[in-house]
Amino acid sequence: MNRATLNLWVGFFVLLGFLAFLMLAFKVGNLNLDGSGGTYEVVAHFDNIGQLKERAPVRSSGVLVGRVHSVRFDTLHYNAEVHMAIDTQYHFPVDSSVSVLTSGILGEQYVGLDAGGDDKMLKNGDEIKLTQGAMVLERLIGQFLFNKAQEGGTDKTSTDKGAP
Amino acid sequence: MIHQVEIRDLNFGYGEQLVLKGINLTVPKGSLVAIMGLSGCGKTTLLRLMGGQLLARQGSVRVAGQELNHMNEAQLYAMRRRVGVLFQFGALFTDLSVFDNVAFQMREHTRLPESMIRDLTLMKLNAVGLRGVQSLMPAELSGGMARRVALARATALDPALILYDEPFTGLDPISLGAIGRLIRQLNDALGATSVLVTHDVQESMKIVDYIYFVSDGVIVAQGTPEEIHASALPFVHQFVWGEADGPLPFHYPGPTLKMDFGDERGQA
Amino acid sequence: MRGAWGHGLRTVGDTTLSIVGRIGAVVLFLGQILRHSGTSFRRFGLVIREVYFAGVQSLIIILVSGLFVGMVLGLQGFETLQSYGSSESVGVLVALSLMRELGPVVSALLFASRAGSAITAEIGLMKATEQLSAMEMMAVNPLARVVAPRFWGGVISLPLLAVLFAAMGILGGFLVTVVMLGVDSGAFWSQMQAAVDFHHDILNGMIKSLVFGVAVSAIATFEGYEAPPTAEGVSGATTRTVVSSSLAILALDLLLTAFMMKGWN
Repeated sequence: MNRATLNLWVGFFVLLGFLAFLMLAFKVGNLNLDGSGGTYEVVAHFDNIGQLKERAPVRSSGVLVGRVHSVRFDTLHYNAEVHMAIDTQYHFPVDSSVSVLTSGILGEQYVGLDAGGDDKMLKNGDEIKLTQGAMVLERLIGQFLFNKAQEGGTDKTSTDKGAP
Repeated sequence: MIHQVEIRDLNFGYGEQLVLKGINLTVPKGSLVAIMGLSGCGKTTLLRLMGGQLLARQGSVRVAGQELNHMNEAQLYAMRRRVGVLFQFGALFTDLSVFDNVAFQMREHTRLPESMIRDLTLMKLNAVGLRGVQSLMPAELSGGMARRVALARATALDPALILYDEPFTGLDPISLGAIGRLIRQLNDALGATSVLVTHDVQESMKIVDYIYFVSDGVIVAQGTPEEIHASALPFVHQFVWGEADGPLPFHYPGPTLKMDFGDERGQA
Repeated sequence: MRGAWGHGLRTVGDTTLSIVGRIGAVVLFLGQILRHSGTSFRRFGLVIREVYFAGVQSLIIILVSGLFVGMVLGLQGFETLQSYGSSESVGVLVALSLMRELGPVVSALLFASRAGSAITAEIGLMKATEQLSAMEMMAVNPLARVVAPRFWGGVISLPLLAVLFAAMGILGGFLVTVVMLGVDSGAFWSQMQAAVDFHHDILNGMIKSLVFGVAVSAIATFEGYEAPPTAEGVSGATTRTVVSSSLAILALDLLLTAFMMKGWN
């Protein structure tokens, strides 16, 4: 094996490795989103975040616009404090609202971001005030049953005006 | 008289066991000296001490007037550049071609241009008559050719001291004669000093200036080839004439034959 | 009874001590290699040569294994996910398994048995045939000239091989699920992209394979350099390289995974 052929092979090998790395970074991973560091952070408080995890997607109209950066419990307000990193190429009004949603029935949970109508835009460190926590199945069912019972109750005691 | 190698009251051992005991030995500049003895008597150890691969426990080893025991690693490596070693079976680098093997030290230690390295390497290979195999790999050479290539490599930087570890082992008579002649020629042509460790009496007697006999870690006899040939010492006589039994017993020391065959009375 | 217990305990103690001692020896040897690495970088040709033997020559086995592993992952994932009606997520499963675990670990295991054993055998034979002694006597330090280039060749090769393994695996998964089983191609890639994170999955996988590369190369060169200079000595050292490297890879993987997971939550 002479030196030139050997170097050629090694060069080919290294190039191949780099191409594979680029493919992984751009085609498989999401380097173009938060790998570049071009994000700004906003915070929101939820009364319940369900199964929301760090790095869960933040979507607006179904498009990925950012990721959940960290989740912690706020001991001052006794609710969940969620920090989100939003891609700098997307701007949202300050009166936008966020809610914890589920993709599909058994899918992962994500943050849905609905744009508001204000002229001022969210900046790094701002808080989104309008929030809607996760739906918890047990509570939904409980509420449904309660409503049903109330409906039944109203039919029977319509003259009582709802007093127990 | 200037001595290339001078060993004084040397003791050396692996672990508890002393392998060399009270060795005194001088190799004058320009001479070719053989160290002879049976396999395992400490000859190769002695050679490694001269190359600084092992350090003496007691006594001194001086090469070109410098005490090896006091050298640091850098000084040791500097000393080794002036020493060529031919290892048993050659020890050619199996991943390099014959040419690259001989050129190895020039590339490692000098900043000579590649064209000059080429000329020097071919000269060295020519001196051992193997210019034609320069592009072969060591695995493609016969034992004798490999030994000659190793000789060319050992002398590549024109060393002042050349150490040979069993250069004749496993060679056919023709290669053996060729190597022997080359060793003498190279020594004289380079103005070098050579130390030959061997158990091949007949071949080395033809070429060397002086012989040391080592047995059990002690020098038991020394002299010029003529003196050794005429020696009446029983050990030397047995060694030179290749007798099976003599002062060195044919049987390895152990229990008596009777005891090994279960004759209890032998013990009682 | 007491004798048997004592003997058993002693064996456990001896084994533990010898394992700890060996790890220590490898770490010290690694320090030696690093101290003698100057030559490798001044004469990078020496390292390139070893990248050829360790990397290029392992290319075929890595690419083929990667393809097969990806295909199997695709098949198994599809089977399982289909029963939940989310067979499009198979891309996520294939990519995450390959990036986080299988890519670094399996390629390191293959590398240890293909290239690591070859490095041990080569250095061991060079020692047995006195080539290392000869080199030392030519005033060339074998650690700098023989060991360090092989070490760095391995350290450079393994991350590249791991990336290629993962890329081939994803390709294999794509072939099986999208081309053969009819999963939607767009969903396959988009779900994968939404789930795979550059830092947490891809870079962490690379860090793993870099650590494995250092471990395998250090073990392989150590075993070769310390091999008893006989035929049995070299063959024993080769076996030890494969066994200890594999154990080291799996143990380090556990440590690194635990460490990286901690960074996630």
